[in-house]
Amino acid sequence: MWQQFRSDLYLNFVKDDRWQYLTNGLKVTLIVTLFAALMGIILGFFVAIVRSTCENTGRLKILNAICNLYLTVIRGTPVVVQLMIIYFVIFASVRIDKTFTAIIAFGINSGAYQAEIFRSGIQSVPRGQFEAGRSLGFNYAQTMLHIIMPQALRVCVPTLCNEYITLLKETSVAGYIALEDLTKGGDIIRSRTYSAFMPLIAVALIYLIMVLVLTRLVSLLERRLARGTR
Amino acid sequence: MAQDNTQVTGQKEALIRVDHLEKHFGDHVVLQDISVEIDRGDVVCVIGPSGSGKSTFLRCLNRLEEPTGGHIYMDGIDICDPTTDIDRHRQKMGMVFQQFNLFPHMTIMRNLTLAPMKLQNVSQREAEAYATELLERVGLADRRDAYPGELSGGQQQRIAIVRALCMKPEVMLFDEPTSALDPEMVGEVLSVMKDLAAEKMTMVVVTHEMGFAREVANRVMFLDGGDFVEEGAPAEFFAHPKSERLKNFLGKVL
Repeated sequence: MWQQFRSDLYLNFVKDDRWQYLTNGLKVTLIVTLFAALMGIILGFFVAIVRSTCENTGRLKILNAICNLYLTVIRGTPVVVQLMIIYFVIFASVRIDKTFTAIIAFGINSGAYQAEIFRSGIQSVPRGQFEAGRSLGFNYAQTMLHIIMPQALRVCVPTLCNEYITLLKETSVAGYIALEDLTKGGDIIRSRTYSAFMPLIAVALIYLIMVLVLTRLVSLLERRLARGTR
Repeated sequence: MAQDNTQVTGQKEALIRVDHLEKHFGDHVVLQDISVEIDRGDVVCVIGPSGSGKSTFLRCLNRLEEPTGGHIYMDGIDICDPTTDIDRHRQKMGMVFQQFNLFPHMTIMRNLTLAPMKLQNVSQREAEAYATELLERVGLADRRDAYPGELSGGQQQRIAIVRALCMKPEVMLFDEPTSALDPEMVGEVLSVMKDLAAEKMTMVVVTHEMGFAREVANRVMFLDGGDFVEEGAPAEFFAHPKSERLKNFLGKVL
């Protein structure tokens, strides 16, 4: 049995340098996750500001309507479908880099979820904080910047980090546009060796380790933030 | 020490002149037709039953609540005019809230120096020096590096008063400053306000502390059901209320 295990291991990972499917795939997964998260932060932050401003002051009505449409569509459809629409429909005529396409798709998707996280963070800050800022003479933007945002971010950082962990796992559907991410890498090995167990379990383990490490980091961060508020 | 702000007529202009102020939320009328003048050095206490519009009146003075009718003039400038830079006027009107509303993510010193540094281009050294001076006067200089959450309610409210004073305002608005406090902490806040009144700070105080109104105010206003019912010097006001409504109210609270 040990013999069998060793030869399986050799067949799936060592022969023809097949382990490189996993390492290269991991690289792609990390790149897509990182940049999609960053794009999502920018998008989400912008949308949250527009939505909160409209709620608080009644301004930016048109922008707010566009943001609401964006949230409804993105959160109401599966990310795989969005990914495929962007690759096969929107970028159909231009042969664009697949990694880049995936970043765009997951970035747009994550932005919608992050927007709601930012917004609930902003709303969790008591109204009196806003009034205190305004009564001192800060304008709306200054009050948001100096008083509301620092408190809101502190509230939503743990939730945001969990969103990034989810995003990391969600990028595993990138194979639908034939992007060779970690999952696809494992799948390619499977198709070469006709043995599913080793490569898929290896893929699962790599995801699991990354998620465990990130979760641990989030809880450390959470404790750090809690100390700040006292 | 009152600065003269003379109008064309040569008449002295009140620091704040409220002119036919109205406020309603939809059909619900909160304030109707309120006209009043507040001079420099006045300590005006606004009393009345809950829901009478006292707080709304106060919050209209710096437009935290947007009046639906009438005008409010400060130094002769209509602050209800949309073209008026309300943020600049708010710098001259310190406000103290029932719930203190200190910024919980900043140290006391940062709470006190943020607005002067960002809005009045005061250097950090200057801002901290002035804040320290005021902190010493309210007896909290040793808490400068604490966070608001570490202080008692009474201490937080004294800090909130200092935060407003750091902007060197011309008038201080108090919105039920002692209502959220435990009874044993009311005194320390009132005493800071008393000192402030003694220094001739112009103050408008919405309060339930009749003792404070009687002792410190030079004018007491009675609001009921959004109407400005009666006003007078405290001695006269409390001893000989004219209207039935005020008699009724005083009968309940005194």
